[in-house]
Amino acid sequence: MGPYPRDAEVSLGPPVSNLLEIHNLSKDYRGTAALTDVSLTVKKGEFVAVIGRSGAGKSTLLRCINRMVEPSSGRIVFDGQDMLLATRRGLRSLRTRIGMVFQHYNLVPRLTVAENVLHGRLGFKSSWAGLLGLYSVSEKRRAWELLVQLGLEAQVHQRCDLLSGGQKQRVGIARALIQDPRLILCDEPIASLDPGSAKVIMDHLRRIAGESGITIVINLHQVDVAAKYADRIVGIREGRIEYDGSPKKLNKKVVQQIYGSQSDDLLVGELAE
Amino acid sequence: MTGEAIVVAFRRRQRWAVLGLALVAAVTLGSAVVAQFDFLDGAAAFPKAFAWMAANFVPDARAWHNFPNILTRLGETVVVSIMATTVAALVSFLLALLGSRTTRFHPAASAVVRAVASLGRNIPVVAWAMIFLLAFGQTFLTGFLALFIESMGFLTRSYLETVDEASAAPVEALRAAGTPWAPLVAHAVVPSVLPALASWMLFMLETNIRSATLVGLLTGTGIGFLFDLYYKSLNYPSAALTTLAIVVAVLLLEGLSNVLRRSIL
Repeated sequence: MGPYPRDAEVSLGPPVSNLLEIHNLSKDYRGTAALTDVSLTVKKGEFVAVIGRSGAGKSTLLRCINRMVEPSSGRIVFDGQDMLLATRRGLRSLRTRIGMVFQHYNLVPRLTVAENVLHGRLGFKSSWAGLLGLYSVSEKRRAWELLVQLGLEAQVHQRCDLLSGGQKQRVGIARALIQDPRLILCDEPIASLDPGSAKVIMDHLRRIAGESGITIVINLHQVDVAAKYADRIVGIREGRIEYDGSPKKLNKKVVQQIYGSQSDDLLVGELAE
Repeated sequence: MTGEAIVVAFRRRQRWAVLGLALVAAVTLGSAVVAQFDFLDGAAAFPKAFAWMAANFVPDARAWHNFPNILTRLGETVVVSIMATTVAALVSFLLALLGSRTTRFHPAASAVVRAVASLGRNIPVVAWAMIFLLAFGQTFLTGFLALFIESMGFLTRSYLETVDEASAAPVEALRAAGTPWAPLVAHAVVPSVLPALASWMLFMLETNIRSATLVGLLTGTGIGFLFDLYYKSLNYPSAALTTLAIVVAVLLLEGLSNVLRRSIL
């Protein structure tokens, strides 16, 4: 970085507070509405959990943000730029600033941990450099740092198909972090993990949000986990936002609203009546 | 469903199996009648055939004199097969990556690649040899092209299926990270499919060495030509040695490719 501050948030002026603005977003799959008129504003550094039943539209909402799913209508402004007006090249560049973590990790099983982490840098390279896998020394150093932070230094050269689920997800997080993203989208990152590994993953995500100021939007189906870790809860039901507020105000009645009538079986013991 | 319904269902399936077998038997017998092929005559010909082979189809001193020549021609056939297979594998690899649904290059590319694959594959190698024979005459190029086209059709088809079945999950991850198409395919798809692709290529190589002998008969090149020459000039001992050399070569290559395959997978 040069001697002068490069962007607004480094300078002394008022910080750009809204990292992500979603206005009236709708998505339908061949006439079936998945999302209807969703509006959401996420501040820089916020940890937002999106909760709701399976099929409520959580995953669609997350994937509309980085246009892995093409929205039907609405407006999405990320980091001051309109996602939906971006050209192909522009979209790729915007995506490099958004990390993504998946339920099934989405790693290349036959490649090593280090190789999978470095994949997060491919969006920054020319096609030729990327094709040949020409990573710089500083990128490799960064990969090592991240793997140490995530407790994977012993697995660096191991093939990913030999890892446990929790380890795979940590590789997935490292791959997102090496992008130096402003936002990380997590789609059910702990849904396939045992409770112990799930806690490790959630603690890492919380730490990352706290230390580096990276904004996190995370889909969860466990209400208690969402309430414990998130700064803010967004509840979705049948493609519409049903609740948007602090986890402290999340009570049994609200959960019932989000999840519908069967919510009596849900883990809401820790929540206020 | 009641128990009775299951009994009925099984009885129906048995009836269809019996009917199917009867149909196959009828078709076989019908063809034999049409072709005037007598099974008993056919069976009776076996002892005589073996006796003739034991008497005439044995390499003698004169045949061994031809051995260096046989080896040279065999070498030519093997080299042409290897060339045709490797070039076809390279072309098929690129076509499969362009045409697969996993890599999503372009829908039109997918349609074109699939058409090329079925055209190459559905016309037999001998037919291709005949077609190229008219254009290029009795040369190595004719044999090479026939084997190449056939291999490319087969390999493109197998490669397409392999790449189509490859996991879309890493592709999704790298696309979400803003990766351009070529590095995306190179890093998210190729590492997972490479062992299967290599295995298909080895299979094709084994097939091609056998086909190349046959193609050589038509194009007047390689070991196929030599066999034809010896056989038609009634030099049976040399023809026998040629056959023996082909069998040994095929077995050796199959062994070699099995070793390679095991070390890849």
